[in-house]
Amino acid sequence: MAEETSDMAALSLREASAKPSAWLEWTIVALGILALLAAPFFVYPIFLMKMLCFALFACAFNLLLGYTGLLSFGHATFFGGAAYFTAHAVKVWGWPPEAGILLGMAGAALLGLVMGFFAIRRQGIYFAMITLALSQMFFFFCVQAPFTQGEDGIQGVPRGMLFGVLDLNVSMNMYYFVLAVVLIGVFAIWRIVNSPFGMILCSIRENENRAISLGYSVASYKLGAFVMSAALAGLAGSLKAIVFQFATLTDVTWQMSGEVILMTLLGGIGTMVGPIIGASLVVGLENTLATSGFPVTIATGLIFMVCVLVFRRGIVGEVYARLFNRVGKG
Amino acid sequence: MTMIFGIPVQALLGQLLVGLINGSFYAMLSLGLAVIFGLLRVINFAHGAQYMLGAFTGYLLLTHLGIGYWPALVLAPLIVGLFGVVVERLALSRLYDTDPLYGLLFTFGLALVLEGIFRYYYGVSGNPYAVPPLLAGGTNLGFMFLPNYRGWVVIASAIVCFGTWALIEKTRLGSYLRAATENPRLVQAFGVNVPLLLTLTYGLGSALAGLAGILAAPVYQVSPLMGSDLIIVVFAVVVVGGMGSILGAIVTGYMLGLAEGLTKVFYPEASNLVVFVIMAIVLLVRPAGLFGRDA
Repeated sequence: MAEETSDMAALSLREASAKPSAWLEWTIVALGILALLAAPFFVYPIFLMKMLCFALFACAFNLLLGYTGLLSFGHATFFGGAAYFTAHAVKVWGWPPEAGILLGMAGAALLGLVMGFFAIRRQGIYFAMITLALSQMFFFFCVQAPFTQGEDGIQGVPRGMLFGVLDLNVSMNMYYFVLAVVLIGVFAIWRIVNSPFGMILCSIRENENRAISLGYSVASYKLGAFVMSAALAGLAGSLKAIVFQFATLTDVTWQMSGEVILMTLLGGIGTMVGPIIGASLVVGLENTLATSGFPVTIATGLIFMVCVLVFRRGIVGEVYARLFNRVGKG
Repeated sequence: MTMIFGIPVQALLGQLLVGLINGSFYAMLSLGLAVIFGLLRVINFAHGAQYMLGAFTGYLLLTHLGIGYWPALVLAPLIVGLFGVVVERLALSRLYDTDPLYGLLFTFGLALVLEGIFRYYYGVSGNPYAVPPLLAGGTNLGFMFLPNYRGWVVIASAIVCFGTWALIEKTRLGSYLRAATENPRLVQAFGVNVPLLLTLTYGLGSALAGLAGILAAPVYQVSPLMGSDLIIVVFAVVVVGGMGSILGAIVTGYMLGLAEGLTKVFYPEASNLVVFVIMAIVLLVRPAGLFGRDA
């Protein structure tokens, strides 16, 4: 017992992830999907779509932080970069939305490959600082590159016809398309995490040296995880560009990278549903604060500090921990 | 007019001076980060916010209490240092047992809050802070015109950097500090109050940021956002230098500032990017950083 409490004190990023119980997770997933199918009849669809995009973004980020143990401070590059690529392809080249989104994803994967190539050379906080610096570099690139149209951003991106048949200008069509893509994206992350590949990622998170000594080429696995995470974050960014019909500098700033960390931390690092809940809460909070005049950065900063000090498992992690303790004692 | 590589000497020297000034701030800030990281194993994301806090303290002392530059040069670092002590005692000290990334995330939140508060009350536009009369005007060096205040910044930052280095490498307190970096438990067993040492170190690091801030106030405008963009460049500086050595942090700071200045002369579009490009190259050639000890 005494050992257990001292372990609790040494709660680290790795230990923060709690093991979910299967039936609970499936019930939540089923209820969640039902709720999301019905939601646009009760809630403003644009808000829901924003929430969904950020949920996918946070899940993609969590693939890296929660399951591989790498804290990237540069994920805005993939989110915002993909938004730019998609917006440019759809608006300037006249591509259909599905092709634009695929291009955005591919671009984000490529950016991920480059950033990952440099970042995996260092670990821990250095990894965080390198990703932050490289993403700031990409931000300066976006400020100066002509195709992003600087401070104005790419505006008036047409939503277009999905596969040439489905008119995305109809808000319900757009919503169900976004929902489908986000569900596919989250399912993909779930599959990755539960595949042999995902197990190796977890082993790297738990003990990198042991993974190396077992003969795994840790660097390539990390890079693989980084690229996948980047591509999925890009998918979220591309969707957002189509939904809101613009791509701006806001999405490539370091504040955006910080926001996705907050969503994941608040919901629960290393849990499947945590980032979704975290993203919904943060987006909801920002929507509420936008009308109240209270500065959003102060609120997010405070949540950050509180989470880190007393709430490191996040909401979902905390719930799991409670349930598990009870089961364990019973 | 004398030319070097097709560039007038005046323009070249002018940009080199700007680079040296920027380098002075990079050096002071990366020094503070290195001091804090060395002992606490915390990357102080709030360093930029504390730099901003230093500049604002000077500005508020002047506008509300009429306290001028010279007293502020002492008061601002003290106030920011005290703030650092409070933060360490209340929050950071609870995070030492956890993954170092939590320290980074906590100070990130702190930076957001500080920046948000000042943005709320003072907007995003900069507030001018007058150069103190003693240092107003400039000196003609024959080959270029040097504004006195900028010369003072270079000298002051060199003194600060040297002083901090001497404090850590040459004094008894510094030896405790270095010993505690190597093995905190053993040092504690010898009767040194290590928790106090940690608190003082964070206070010292914060004070250094505050001092850089008040020095920067007359050069740049006092604005809530002045720290946040700078801190990312300083992170790149730290990655290039490696956090192993105090001297490394200082030298890398000046070097990268000068490199930035030179880029402004030859290829202005890339001047924002050059520090990051250098960082990428160093990562390829020497992943541990130029002065780094860890692999």
